[in-house]
Amino acid sequence: MTKVKSLADLRKMKEELANKVQLREKSDHPDKIVQVKVSMATCGIASGAKEVMNHIIEELDRQAIDAVVTQTGCMGYCYAEPTIEVTLPSSNPVVFGYVDFKKANEIIAKYIIRGELVDGIIPVNYETVNDKKND
Amino acid sequence: MDIVQLTIDNKKVVVEKGTTILEAAKTIGVDIPSLCYMKLEDTNFENKPGGCRVCVVEVEGRRNLAPACKTECSEGMTVNTHSVRVVNARRTVMELILSDHPFECLVCAKSGDCELQSLAQKLGIREIKYTGAKSTYKGDESPAIIRDMDKCIMCRRCETACNDVQTVGVLSAINRGFESVVAPAFEMDLDHSTCTFCGQCVAVCPTGALTERDSSSKVMDAIVNPTKTVIVQTAPAVRAALGEEFGMEPGTSVTGKMVSALRKLGFDYVFDTDFAADLTIMEEGTELLDRLSKHLAGDKDVKLPILTSCCPGWVNFFEHQFPEMIDIPSTAKSPQQMFGAIAKTYFADQLKQKREDVVVVSVMPCLAKKYECSREEFAVNGDPDVNISISTRELAQMIRNANLNFEALDDEDFDKPLGESTGAAVIFGTTGGVIEAAVRTAYEVHTKKPLERLDFEELRGMEGIRSATIDFDGLPINIGIAHGLGNARKLLEDIKAGKSEFHAIEIMACPGGCIGGGGQPYHHGNVDILKKRQRAIYEEDKGKVLRKSHENPFIQKLYAEFLGEPCGHKSHELLHTHYYDKKKKIEI
Amino acid sequence: MAKYKNHVLVCGGTGCRASQGEEIVQNLNRILEENGLEQEVQVVRTGCFGFCEKGPVVKMVPDNTFYVQVSPKDAEEIVKEHLVKGRQVERLLYIDPETKKQVSESKNMGFYKKQIRIALRNCGFINPENIDEYIARDGYASLGKALTEMKPEEVIKIIIDSGLRGRGGGGFPTGLKWDITRKVESDQKYVVCNADEGDPGAFMDRSILEGDPHSVLEAMAINAYCTGADKGLIYIRAEYPLAIKRLKIAIEQAREYGLLGSDIFGTGFNFDVELRFGAGAFVCGEETSLIHSMEGLRGEPTVKPPFPSESGYKGKPTNVNNVETYANIPVILMKGAEWFSSIGTEKSKGTKVFALAGKVNNVGLIEVPMGTTLREVIFDIGGGIKDGKKFKAVQTGGPSGGCLTDKHLDIPIDYDNLLASGSMMGSGGMIVMDESDCMVSMAKFYLDFTVEESCGKCAPCRIGNKRLYEMLHKITEGKGTEADLDNLRNLSNVIKDTSLCGLGQTSPNPVLSTMENFWDEYIAHVKNDNCPAGQCKALMQYVIDEEKCVGCTLCSRVCPVDAIAGEKKAPHVINPTTCIKCGACYEKCKFGAISIQ
Repeated sequence: MTKVKSLADLRKMKEELANKVQLREKSDHPDKIVQVKVSMATCGIASGAKEVMNHIIEELDRQAIDAVVTQTGCMGYCYAEPTIEVTLPSSNPVVFGYVDFKKANEIIAKYIIRGELVDGIIPVNYETVNDKKND
Repeated sequence: MDIVQLTIDNKKVVVEKGTTILEAAKTIGVDIPSLCYMKLEDTNFENKPGGCRVCVVEVEGRRNLAPACKTECSEGMTVNTHSVRVVNARRTVMELILSDHPFECLVCAKSGDCELQSLAQKLGIREIKYTGAKSTYKGDESPAIIRDMDKCIMCRRCETACNDVQTVGVLSAINRGFESVVAPAFEMDLDHSTCTFCGQCVAVCPTGALTERDSSSKVMDAIVNPTKTVIVQTAPAVRAALGEEFGMEPGTSVTGKMVSALRKLGFDYVFDTDFAADLTIMEEGTELLDRLSKHLAGDKDVKLPILTSCCPGWVNFFEHQFPEMIDIPSTAKSPQQMFGAIAKTYFADQLKQKREDVVVVSVMPCLAKKYECSREEFAVNGDPDVNISISTRELAQMIRNANLNFEALDDEDFDKPLGESTGAAVIFGTTGGVIEAAVRTAYEVHTKKPLERLDFEELRGMEGIRSATIDFDGLPINIGIAHGLGNARKLLEDIKAGKSEFHAIEIMACPGGCIGGGGQPYHHGNVDILKKRQRAIYEEDKGKVLRKSHENPFIQKLYAEFLGEPCGHKSHELLHTHYYDKKKKIEI
Repeated sequence: MAKYKNHVLVCGGTGCRASQGEEIVQNLNRILEENGLEQEVQVVRTGCFGFCEKGPVVKMVPDNTFYVQVSPKDAEEIVKEHLVKGRQVERLLYIDPETKKQVSESKNMGFYKKQIRIALRNCGFINPENIDEYIARDGYASLGKALTEMKPEEVIKIIIDSGLRGRGGGGFPTGLKWDITRKVESDQKYVVCNADEGDPGAFMDRSILEGDPHSVLEAMAINAYCTGADKGLIYIRAEYPLAIKRLKIAIEQAREYGLLGSDIFGTGFNFDVELRFGAGAFVCGEETSLIHSMEGLRGEPTVKPPFPSESGYKGKPTNVNNVETYANIPVILMKGAEWFSSIGTEKSKGTKVFALAGKVNNVGLIEVPMGTTLREVIFDIGGGIKDGKKFKAVQTGGPSGGCLTDKHLDIPIDYDNLLASGSMMGSGGMIVMDESDCMVSMAKFYLDFTVEESCGKCAPCRIGNKRLYEMLHKITEGKGTEADLDNLRNLSNVIKDTSLCGLGQTSPNPVLSTMENFWDEYIAHVKNDNCPAGQCKALMQYVIDEEKCVGCTLCSRVCPVDAIAGEKKAPHVINPTTCIKCGACYEKCKFGAISIQ
C-alpha cells in the first residue's frame, strides 16, 4: 500500500483522487460552472443520447473544462433528439437539437469555450421541470 | 521555599506554597469544619476526595464555593470562611447529608463518638428541611466487622484505608448517584471477599457505618454461667489505649486498673496475652535460628527471610494475595491462639476441668482476632481454643456497664501462672516490637552471650518500612519491619522478585502495629495518639525487671513441665499452625 | 478506475440505517448491476445528512435531487426512472410543509437554507470508510502543512486567532488550551478526544464520527504536534457501534497510509491513536471523570485544579477536546483564521452543530453560524412547531442548560448570550417544547436524568438532586406548598454553588430557569392545584358535560376502573376519586361531552 511519505506525496495523491469526489463538489456549486443536461427519455436514448452524453463527458474531461453533465427527462423536442441544454455561468440556458458527436464537439469548441453561438439552437420557450417546482 | 500570602477572614496569612486553605486557616486559629477530610500525619496518606463539601469557603473571584481541604492557597487570595453564603451552603449540605442518614443516634454504636453527630452539633442543625427517601443497602455481618451502609456518608475514608494504606482493595464505591455506596465488588459480603479484617476501615469511619461485631454480651453470659470457668487474656496494646475511653490522656498505661476492672467484671482468672507473647518468641525465635543455621549451612530448601505470624490481618492478607508464599511465614501461632491452646490444655489440666468448661476470652486491639479465633483449625472437636474475642472498645463498654469508675480503680496484678510476662512481650503491641523481642532472645540463644543493651532503637519508630542489621556476635542479621499492609506488600514483592536481603521480617497489618489496631479507641485520624501509645508501651517495657522472653520463669516452667523444648513435638502440636491458599475461595 | 457519471449518496448514519438504509444500498447496487450501470453509477454510503426527520435520505449527484423517506423497494424506481430515463421520482421528493410544493434540491429546502456546514462538511458527502475520498477533499493536507511548514506555536496562533471555543459545552478557547498543555514540560503527553456524548437527544459527535472520522484523527494529530504529545486516545461510548466501527477503519487506513504511526510526512513526528470505550455514564463527559475512566478507575471527577493540562491521563499533561471542536481544526488551518473568525458573533466564532429535537417539524442535525437566532433555528430550519401548536420553550444545553422562551427567540445564539439568558450552549442539544408541555414536569424530567447520572461522589449532587427531584415530583402530584418553592430555589442555588464538578454545578439549571420563566406555572401547581399545560395527571380532572352527554354509556363501558356511572340515555358522571385519568373515556366520547379541567 502506498505510504504518504511527504506533503508532496499527499498533494499528488489528492490530484489523483480528486475525481472521486469532483462530481459531488461540482454539483454543490453548479451555478459557477458549465452545466450540460442531456435529454434522456426513451426518444433521446433511441436517438443515441447516451452515447452523446458519454462523449461530452469524455471531451469536457479531456479538455479539462469544469462542467457538470446530468441527464434529464424529455424536453419535449422529440423531433430534434438528441437534445442538450447548456447553461454557462450566469447565462440563460440554451438548448441544442440534433446533437451528434460532431455537433457536440462544435458546441464545446465554440459555445462552451468561446461563448459563440452555433447553429441548431432551439428557441427558448420553455421552463425546465425543476424550475417549475421551485417557484 | 516558595511562600504565598493571602487573606483569610480579613487576616493576612503567609504559608508555604501548596498549603491548602484548610491548613492555612488552622495556622490563624480558624477551624473550618470538615467531614470527609482526614490526614494521617507521618504516613503520607490523606483522604480528601472533596466529596462532602462541608468545608466550602468563598474565594473572591471564584464563581462557586471552593472546598478548603482541596484548594491550594495562591498569592493574593481572599478567603471568607463564614459569609452568609458559605454558612447557608454548609448548613444546607449538612442537612442533605443528615436527610439521607438513619436517625438512630440514640442506639447507634458510634453515638457520642460520631463525627457526623458532633459536626451536626457544631453547626447547630435543628431541623432538616430537605427530607425524602433514604438510601438503604443490604446488611453485611462478618465475624469481625459489621457494615451498616445505610449510615455511610460516602466520605471514602474506608476506601483510602483499604486501597491506599492497606492495598487490600476490597472496598470501593459502587453504584451511581443516590444509590452509590462503598462496598466490596458486586456488594458481596466481606466474609466472601479478600478482606483481612484488619479493621482499619472501622478505625477511620466517621459514623456507625462500619463497626465491630459486639460480643460483650456473650462474655457476660459466660461469666454468669456457673458451670464455666472464664479466663481472660489481654493483649499488650490494650493497656496503652484503654484509658482514652475514660477520658484519660492518650499514652497513659492502665495495666493495673484494667486488671482490677476485669476482676470486678467477674472473670475467674485475669491473665495476660503477654505471657503467650513470650511463648511466641521462644517458638518463633527457635524457628528463626533453625532456618538461619540451615541456611548458613548451605541448605537450599530452607526459605529466608522468615516472616512473623502474630498478626491475623497479615495472615489473611498473604493467604489471599500471596498464596504462593505461604511457606515463608513462621508457623508459630499468634499469641492469642497460643494462649488459648495452653489455657485449654496445660491450665485446664491444672484446674482439673474439661476444656469445654473453660471459656477463654481475649481482649484485643484488633478485629481480625475475632475472625482468627473462629478459624476451624483453632478448635478441638468444635471447641475453640479462644471462645470470644472482644476489642478494647467493647471492654470499655463492659466497664461502663458495670458502673466502675475506671480512673479511680486501684492497680492490681495479673493472676499466675499465665499472667506473668517480660518487657519483650509488652512491646509486641507496637511496630518493631515483635522482632526486637525476638532479637533479644535469639541473640542470647545463638551467641550464648548476654546482651549488653536491650533497647534496639534502630528497630523502633513510625516509618512504614524500616530495616536494620543486628550484629549477632560477628554474624550480621538483616532485619526488616513493615506496618500497614501496603508496606508489607512492598517487602513481599521484593521477596517474590528475589531482591530481599532480609533474614527476618516483622509485619503488622495496622499502621503503628497493634496500638493502631481496628479495635482500639478511635483516634479520628490523629496519628499523635498512636505515637503516645507507642511511648507508653516502651515505658512499660523499661519498667519491667525481666525484659527477655526466655527469662520468664513461668515460660521456663511450662517447657519443663509440659511442652518439652521449643519447636519440639508438643509445641508443634499446640503452638504451630499452617496456612491456606485462599486465592480461589472468592465467590461472588 | 471507473469514471462514474452519477453518484448516489445514501445516508449511512445510525438513524437512517435503522430505517433500512443498508438495504437501500444493497438494492441499488443489485439493480444497477442488472441494468449494466455499475460502471457508470457509484453508490456511496455517507455519513449523516442531518435531516433525520425525513430519513432515510438519498441524494443524486450531479443533479442534486434529494429523495426523502426512501425505502428499499424504491431502489428500482430510482435506477430505472432517475438514472436511466433522467426523470425524477416525484413521490420521493420533499414537500415543503408551507407551500405544499415539491422541492427537489436540498439547498432550496428550509431545513438546509440557513445552514453552513463546517464541522459537518464531509458528512453526507464522502464515504467515511474510504480515506481516499477524505484525501480528495484536502484531507490530511492541514496536518501535512502544519508538520512540514509550521512551528507548533504558529499553528496554535492560528487556532487562537480563529476564535474557536470548545464545543463540548464549556466554551474555553481551544487554542489557549493547547498552548497551556504545550507549555507544561513533561516526558510524555496525551491528547484525548472526548466522544462521550451523553445529553438526552444529542448526537452531534456520533454523526461526525460516523460521517467524517478522519477529520477528527487529523485534528488530533495536529493537536499532538502542537502540544508535544505522541499518543491520542478517543473515549467513546460503547453504545456507538457504528462510530466505533468507522473509527477503527479510519485508524487502520490512516496507519496504512503512514498518516498515523511513526515519522509522519517524513518529519520525524510520531503519533498514534487508540480507542477507549465508555459504558455510557453521563459524568464521564466531564474531563477528569473521563480520564479516570480511561485509567480503569471509577468514572468520577476530581477537584480541579490540577487541570488535565497539568496532570491528566496517568498523571501526564493531557489535552482533552470534544469531537466537534476537533472537526473544525483541519478546515481552520486550510482556510485560515480570518475566514473562520468572519463567521459568527464577536466572541463566538464559526458554527455550532445542534441536535434539534422535540416538538418541531424537522427533527435533525443542523449546523448554523453562531449568531443565528433561535427563531431561525426553530421556525425556519426546524419548520416550526408540530401539529400547529404554540411554541412554549426550548431547552438548550441538555440537562445542564436552561429553558428559553419566546422572549429569547430573537437572541443571536452564542456562548455568552445563552449564558446571559440563563441557559448555556452545552454540547448542542436543543429540545423544543410546545404549549402542552408542563414546565415543572420538564424540570422533573431533567432532574430524573441527573439523579440517575450523578456519580455520587459529592453530597450536594448525590443527595441534593434527589431532593430536588422529590420536591418537583411532589409539586406535579399536586402536593407541593409555597414553602417547597423556597426550598427548591435555595437548594438549587446551593447545589450549583457547592458541587464538585460541572454536572452538579449545572444540574439545577432546568429548575432555576423554569422558575424564572414560568413562575406562574409553579404557583398554579402549588396554590391552585392546577397544571396549566394539562400534563400533570394528578392535577387533571375529567368531567362530563351534562348538556352534551346523551347517555350512550360508551364511556362507562370503556372505563377500566368503573369510575363512570349513569343510566342509559341520561347524563353520566365521573367519580373523581376512582378515576385514574387514563383518558379512555375522553378519547371514545363521540359527542365531545368529556373535557379536562
